Amino acid sequence: MSAAAPAFVQLDEVTKRFGDLVVLKSVDLSVGEHQVVCLIGASGSGKSTLLRCVNLLEKIDEGRIFFDGRELTNGKIDVNALRRNIGIVFQAYNLFPHMTVLQNVTLAPKKVLGHGRRKAEDRARELLHRIGLEEKAEEYPDRLSGGQQQRVAIARALAMDPKLMLLDEITSALDPQLVSEVLNLVRSLTEEFGMTMIIATHEMSFAREVADRVCFLDEGVILEEGPPGQIFSSPNEPRTQEFLARVLAAGRM
Amino acid sequence: MHRFLEAFFSPHGFRQVFPDVWNGFQTNIRMAILAELLVLAFALAIAVVRGLPGRGAWPLRALAVVYTDAFRGTPLILVAYMLALGLPGLNIHGVSNRSPFVYGVAALTLVYTAYVSEVYRAGIESVHGSQRMAARSLGLSYAQALRYVILPQAVRRVIPPLLNDFVGLQKDTAIISVAGYTGYVAAGVLFIFLTIPLARFTDHLIRERELRERAQAV
Repeated sequence: MSAAAPAFVQLDEVTKRFGDLVVLKSVDLSVGEHQVVCLIGASGSGKSTLLRCVNLLEKIDEGRIFFDGRELTNGKIDVNALRRNIGIVFQAYNLFPHMTVLQNVTLAPKKVLGHGRRKAEDRARELLHRIGLEEKAEEYPDRLSGGQQQRVAIARALAMDPKLMLLDEITSALDPQLVSEVLNLVRSLTEEFGMTMIIATHEMSFAREVADRVCFLDEGVILEEGPPGQIFSSPNEPRTQEFLARVLAAGRM
Repeated sequence: MHRFLEAFFSPHGFRQVFPDVWNGFQTNIRMAILAELLVLAFALAIAVVRGLPGRGAWPLRALAVVYTDAFRGTPLILVAYMLALGLPGLNIHGVSNRSPFVYGVAALTLVYTAYVSEVYRAGIESVHGSQRMAARSLGLSYAQALRYVILPQAVRRVIPPLLNDFVGLQKDTAIISVAGYTGYVAAGVLFIFLTIPLARFTDHLIRERELRERAQAV
């Protein structure tokens, strides 16, 4: 394993603790370029933390993480430069409430990539057009529905032209009827652009549809992983079966 | 009743002192405005320094804490006395032998910067951590996140308490005109000892809230 070149995204025995609480226990994960990997599991199983470790929002305690041929965890990496290439979208959207939609999308291209206002705004309007919110460019986030805000958050991440997208339960805070508009957008990213993505989600049918691989996390461990057909139809681990049965009972399948 | 009105509200007396009072009032307003501008800038700097991350920044943070504790705990009148009566005696070129106006502005700035930096800090703390996280995950540096995302939201939120402090500042320009006696330094030290425990307790509460928020984000 160590002799081979690391995968596009690779976690080797990553352990993360918050105080005494071990959130990730020696997690191994590899994601190839243009692959979509879905992380499923109960709340608190470590999905969000895993995503945040990948863009170094959280510092890991043990193990190594590689991205695009470079090690991220040797302390030599420029985190700001790294994060230009990794987009993340959060459950609570986290748009900047004091900025218009357009300003939200153009802030990082202007300040981080040094794009001129014209260039940044042209690109932002193009993205807003793609997500069907061009007419909301001058609105403030609190005038938008949750689904619209989340689509803007996706556009904001895409404006940096990331090589990897991390989606952290991006539909969990949405009303059920707004979920599909966000998932449709994510689906188009995989289909049209072959975007590499790691997606933490509770939407099992969506995971089944878009994922190349599904990982079931349980108490900080990837207990089982495989193609969605196998994980959802014939999971090996009792814990996975249990989890999927609960999800099914809750009508989230 | 007549004597009461005569003593406090005599029209004749008003007319007699009005020019002096008007002059003094104008001076006070100038003093207040100048001090307010300085306070706005310095207090923001102190608040930002206090929030600096990392072990390397601890001497700066400590300095900011000491400054805030000292001047928040010292009555303005004592600071005014110390500057107006103490500095001229030191014969430092450029610092001694300034006008009372300059000492007044300096005293107000020193004391109110300490207060207002705490107001700013409360505002900065009130911006949810997810905002900083969103900004940093887009590749913005610590300073950029502060400048474009955190501070604009923080400052907007603290404008009412900020104005409240400036009402106090304006009023306190009156204190500056009094001068006299240096024995109060000892009293000032006592005041500081009274206020430090409260300041530390506030810090403790803020830290606890931070830890709770982090734990919830798992």
